[in-house]
Amino acid sequence: MGLADTILRSRAVAALTSPQGVDRYLEHVNPMWAAHEVRARIVDVHREVDVPGHPPVATITLQPTSTWRGHRAGQHVQLGVEVDGARRTTRVFTISSPDSRQGDRFTITLRANPDGVVSRFLVERARPGTMVHLSQAEGDFVLPDRVPEQLLFVSGGSGITPVMSMLRSLQRRTHRGQVTFLHYAQSPEHQIFAAELDEVRRSGHGTDVHLLHPELGDPNLSPAFLERLVPGYRDVPTWACGPAPMIEAVRGAYDDSPALRVEYFQPPRTSGTSAEGDVAFARSGVEAPNTGAPLLEQAEAAGLTPEFGCRMGICFSCTALKREGTVRNVLSGEESSLPDEEIRVCVSAPVGDCVVDL
Amino acid sequence: MSTRTKKMKSNNTTLSDEDLERFGEELDAIRQRVLADLGEQDAAYIRNVVKRRQQFEVAGRLMFYVPPLWPFAVASLSISKILDNMEIGHNVMHGQYDWMGDPGLNSRMYDWDTVCPGEQWKHSHNYIHHTYTNILGKDRDIGYGILRMDEDQPWHPYYLGNPVYATLLMLFFEWGVALHDLEVENIVSGQRSHADNKPLYPGLIRKIRNQTLKDYLLFPALTGPLFPLTLAGNATANLVRNIWAFNIIFCGHFPAGVATFHQDECEDETRGHWYYRQLLGSANITGSPLFHVMSGNLSHQIEHHLFPDLPARRYPEIAVEVREICERYDLPYNTGGLSQQLFSVARKICRMALPGSSKDSGPATATDDVLAA
Repeated sequence: MGLADTILRSRAVAALTSPQGVDRYLEHVNPMWAAHEVRARIVDVHREVDVPGHPPVATITLQPTSTWRGHRAGQHVQLGVEVDGARRTTRVFTISSPDSRQGDRFTITLRANPDGVVSRFLVERARPGTMVHLSQAEGDFVLPDRVPEQLLFVSGGSGITPVMSMLRSLQRRTHRGQVTFLHYAQSPEHQIFAAELDEVRRSGHGTDVHLLHPELGDPNLSPAFLERLVPGYRDVPTWACGPAPMIEAVRGAYDDSPALRVEYFQPPRTSGTSAEGDVAFARSGVEAPNTGAPLLEQAEAAGLTPEFGCRMGICFSCTALKREGTVRNVLSGEESSLPDEEIRVCVSAPVGDCVVDL
Repeated sequence: MSTRTKKMKSNNTTLSDEDLERFGEELDAIRQRVLADLGEQDAAYIRNVVKRRQQFEVAGRLMFYVPPLWPFAVASLSISKILDNMEIGHNVMHGQYDWMGDPGLNSRMYDWDTVCPGEQWKHSHNYIHHTYTNILGKDRDIGYGILRMDEDQPWHPYYLGNPVYATLLMLFFEWGVALHDLEVENIVSGQRSHADNKPLYPGLIRKIRNQTLKDYLLFPALTGPLFPLTLAGNATANLVRNIWAFNIIFCGHFPAGVATFHQDECEDETRGHWYYRQLLGSANITGSPLFHVMSGNLSHQIEHHLFPDLPARRYPEIAVEVREICERYDLPYNTGGLSQQLFSVARKICRMALPGSSKDSGPATATDDVLAA
């Protein structure tokens, strides 16, 4: 495989398969062959939690192509699926398995968001054998190369995945320092990785696991509680991941301490009418109130000069990346809320807040 | 036909403003319906065409190792290049499959197997040609800056060579398309400077280098002693593709009965008028389903110009509705067999070599009748 990889990635093969590249040919022979792109085959779908009336959580095991460069615990990956064989939709998921190396299998753990095209497909419909598209692992919410003696992990809900990946990596590396693992869940039935965490707690190795359920009377996250659990916690290297309100509480408790590293995922904000909210032009750093006009006009009104062509949606010259928010196609009336989506700004009007790469 | 353009100039269209608006709404409705219906079958179709193209290419490249199969190798490679140029390249770069979210079929990523950089073609074709279709002085596809294709283009003795230039453009079509964006004719006339072209050179040179390296050096070299045969075969396949693409495209815009427009009549045009101009500025070619695939469905040039960003495989079904609408509004729908349209184009190329109006040469067309009424 080493020689084959070298040949497939050579300049000669690139020249022979120009302009489309060797991957366009390989994918038709065997979807697991790739020289540059990253794809993966789903090898297992395991239900972690299935509380009636609540969205289920599952762990998906992925066998990536040899082009997967591996990941560091805490990183995430963009995963694209072609639901029903057509539109590819891409979402970001955190990797839950320990550090991986080139071509290694890894897992993502996710909740089937009721409005989520990709998460619902993966949890409820994906079967072993399904192919998905991947980015390389991304993100700097990771452990340092020299792992500190004492660490604190704070997570809430499905924010447990990156810190679980870290904990598993530490277990595998037989880290002998003192680890405090603090997790907030709705109820014991909602606890992801409950059995494994129980095993970690019992087997010791210096890992102190606290699974808390405030709705059942457990203490909320507060400076006093943290201080009681980990004295001098503000100076203890801490990784926190969870819903925005929890992250706010953690930030408040740490008071700008450099020991704290956080990661959180913001749910999309939308509003009912088209002329509300703000439009942010990410590349130029300009922000203006949304007037409800197509983004191209709003950008020009804000003094930007984005590239455009026909101004009627046919030539695709003005295609830009919408990072967040909802846009309505003024020709079709169709609304779309996908993050990181390519849109024609001349015929796309923002609905509520919107961030576009102009 | 010069009365035609004058008539259009003063009258704008044969339709009333209200008619034009309803006409536009009916076409918009077709567009919405198709957009809402895009899905698995469209995705499967284009992926299948891509796969078939690759199979023809690989088969062609392999058959060059067996000299007696040379004609089949050329045929196979020609089919591959035609599919890549027409049904895949042209249509993917129009953004017809952007909705699939597949980088391999995305208008911003795709580049085709010709010496013209896709990036530059998208400007001259998707934007300039499709926005200003058949507006004299704005649509640079009228005559490609080389030919006289309309009597409203002033005659000059240079145009006596029209048939010769057309033949050369046909044989070297990919090069003509590649150099199109440099707007050499505008440099000659002083409307454009060499400095304007500077940013285009690196991309153009890189693409020309990659294409010639592949077809005229690497693949021939891989067949060892058969180098000259493979080189000739690759050149022939490119030639076949050039001739085919030229003819399909010229049949889509230059047969008798296709209207051209003046800049002033298209100022502040409504959506309905834009559709109307696209309809009158294009012509179809009738043929079998296979013929439509090989022409990238540009045999449905009318439907393509009305809906350039809808997947081309939808044009045959759309055409039925467009024809019905045209009948109701009493608008011409220019279509005919390949030989008929080719003959019509060839005659126009020759006619335009000579000065003056050509109203009395050739049969009156539906368009002429409607517009002269």
